[in-house]
Amino acid sequence: MIRVVSTAMASALALAVSGAAFAEGHSKTLTIATVNNGDMIRMQGLTEDFTAKNPDIALEWVTLEENVLRQRVTQDISAKGGQFDVMTIGTYEVPIWGKNGWLVSLNDLPAEWDADDILPAIRGGLTVDGELYAAPFYGESSMVMYRKDLMEKAGMEMPDAPTWGDIAKAAEAMTDKDAEVYGICLRGKAGWGENMAFLTAMSNSFGAKWFDADWKPQFDGDAWKTTLTTYMDLMNNYGPPGASTNGFNENLSLFQQGKCGMWIDATVAASFVTNPKDSTVADKVGFALAPDNGLGKRGNWLWAWSLAIPAGTDAEDAAKKFIAWATSKEYTALVAEKEGWANVPPGTRSSLYENAEYQKVPFAEMTLNSINSADPTKPTVDDVPYTGVQFVAIPEFAGIATQVGQEFSAALAGQQSIDEALAKAQALTTEEMEAAGY
Amino acid sequence: MARAVSTRRKLIYTLAAWTAGLLIFFPILWTVLTSFKTEADAIADPPVFLFFDWTLENYAIVQERSDYMRFLWNSVIIAGGSTLLGVLIAVPAAWSMAFVPSRRTKDILLWMLSTKMLPAVGVLYPIYLIFIEMGLLDSRIGLTLVLMLINLPIIVWMLYTYFREIPAEILEAARMDGATLREEILYVLTPMAVPGIASTVLLNIILAWNEAFWTLNLTAAKAAPLTAFIASYSSPEGLFYAKLSAASTMAIAPILILGWFSQKQLVRGLTFGAVK
Repeated sequence: MIRVVSTAMASALALAVSGAAFAEGHSKTLTIATVNNGDMIRMQGLTEDFTAKNPDIALEWVTLEENVLRQRVTQDISAKGGQFDVMTIGTYEVPIWGKNGWLVSLNDLPAEWDADDILPAIRGGLTVDGELYAAPFYGESSMVMYRKDLMEKAGMEMPDAPTWGDIAKAAEAMTDKDAEVYGICLRGKAGWGENMAFLTAMSNSFGAKWFDADWKPQFDGDAWKTTLTTYMDLMNNYGPPGASTNGFNENLSLFQQGKCGMWIDATVAASFVTNPKDSTVADKVGFALAPDNGLGKRGNWLWAWSLAIPAGTDAEDAAKKFIAWATSKEYTALVAEKEGWANVPPGTRSSLYENAEYQKVPFAEMTLNSINSADPTKPTVDDVPYTGVQFVAIPEFAGIATQVGQEFSAALAGQQSIDEALAKAQALTTEEMEAAGY
Repeated sequence: MARAVSTRRKLIYTLAAWTAGLLIFFPILWTVLTSFKTEADAIADPPVFLFFDWTLENYAIVQERSDYMRFLWNSVIIAGGSTLLGVLIAVPAAWSMAFVPSRRTKDILLWMLSTKMLPAVGVLYPIYLIFIEMGLLDSRIGLTLVLMLINLPIIVWMLYTYFREIPAEILEAARMDGATLREEILYVLTPMAVPGIASTVLLNIILAWNEAFWTLNLTAAKAAPLTAFIASYSSPEGLFYAKLSAASTMAIAPILILGWFSQKQLVRGLTFGAVK
């Protein structure tokens, strides 16, 4: 018996040690870490085009859920693990990692890649001190998605650029709780990328900000109180039950089943809610810009999933070739040819929005307008010492905002008042920022 | 009368056991059912249980997108290798603790178990850095070693408990017959403890198979097991629950089948000595 065990174990270890080499015959193998979303998965299916043009480069994919990927690549790049040659990272990480010297500059991508074609708002968010540290694969903002049929039934019309007052009126008119139709669905789940992404962007339109010029937290100001009061009023009066646990997917599910009159969320959701295969309201959806208050800033965010190269990789040239291919105009044309214009990665290039075919996609224009109305370099009404629309581009933000998000989510769940939530947010942010040396 | 009460009791216990069993099994059943639904049916409200359009589309998509066999093979090697290596180390360790205990044996056992009380994330960076230094990142041997070390306290504890049930006199008799220490462990102790060793092996294979923290953090493309395969289908922006369920079903199927066929040994081992 022991002999059997020993033999089996020896075999297992031998196999474990062997770790069969992949992609033999290629001079360079790129390991690419990416998120699981439709556009990225589509790209994986189209890489034959790249490998045919670059037979000496093989590609290995590591696809992970967004939060797992973020933690995994952060850990690897900070410890200089060298596991990845190309990383998919967001607009939050790029300025911080760029400043730390963790990323390779992409200023020297070939001229035909056409950096000037990248939408200025997106490019601004990926540039630090004149160096472009990531190439945008797809960009998104947030906007209002609403039920045209319910608005019509209520005898109302949604303006292309509504105010928060318009949204409140529309929410009231569309709510029919007996029929399980709720006027508005918004994120309530705690997290810096969940409710705080929405609330931070919303607060910009109310003149609120996270920090003043001296990095002092501003949750004790009137602007934050008005923001949170408006949000709570909307959700408590016209929102779905249990909204404090609703994130993107939960609201998407509600909207697709016809239970939301309006949903203010990522522009990428437009392709989901208009897809008749999954959505019961596919032909009844209208789009509008995120609301404002007449202060010059709208409540929409800006995000781009981008491809970057970690400093220290031994495959820098091959990685640049891949990034130039994946974020090129030619790649856009390839997707359009194989999968149709509606499936082209949106929000990165001006030329895409000048394309007559793409202009026929129902949400194309509103997506572009939403992206253009966000400015990550000047996100708030007053001047602030930070960049980022729905986040503050400092390493401490993710941790602090998740705690603040928990306080706001608890207020939405009725566990504490708005004043209590704001006081706790102020106290914990002050403590964390002082501990971080601000 | 007594008989009637006994039958009623039996019925109640049976019903309670079935209820508990179904409750425990329900998430797995729901995952399997969801894997055969369309994405629209997967999120339907009210949920649809059995009456939906059954489809194999999700399995086809998962097969097309991922190299399932590579993930499976990595899981088999890592789970099997770490368990076998652990048993090889734990058998002599448990023998010495069970049959030649010292004053400090109990303390050592507790100290070993105390390593399980530390949250894994607390030692993530030190282990990550050691792995970088030793070139073990994204390697099967690295993961095999880590999972073996993580599960070793449990293996030692389980084997120690089983060995304690074996009368020391039998081993003494073997020694009097001239058996060496190696022969005593190999030919006398081990055959008697086969049910215990078998259940230890099975339980640790299951633990290693399902381990998601280290397997996600220490792998990239080459050594990623089925836990990474599942993680690649989870998405916070997009409703892909049916595909995720198909991936989960494919990941748990091998271990579920192994557990099903070996349940007798598993139960026998886990209840070994319980009635003495």
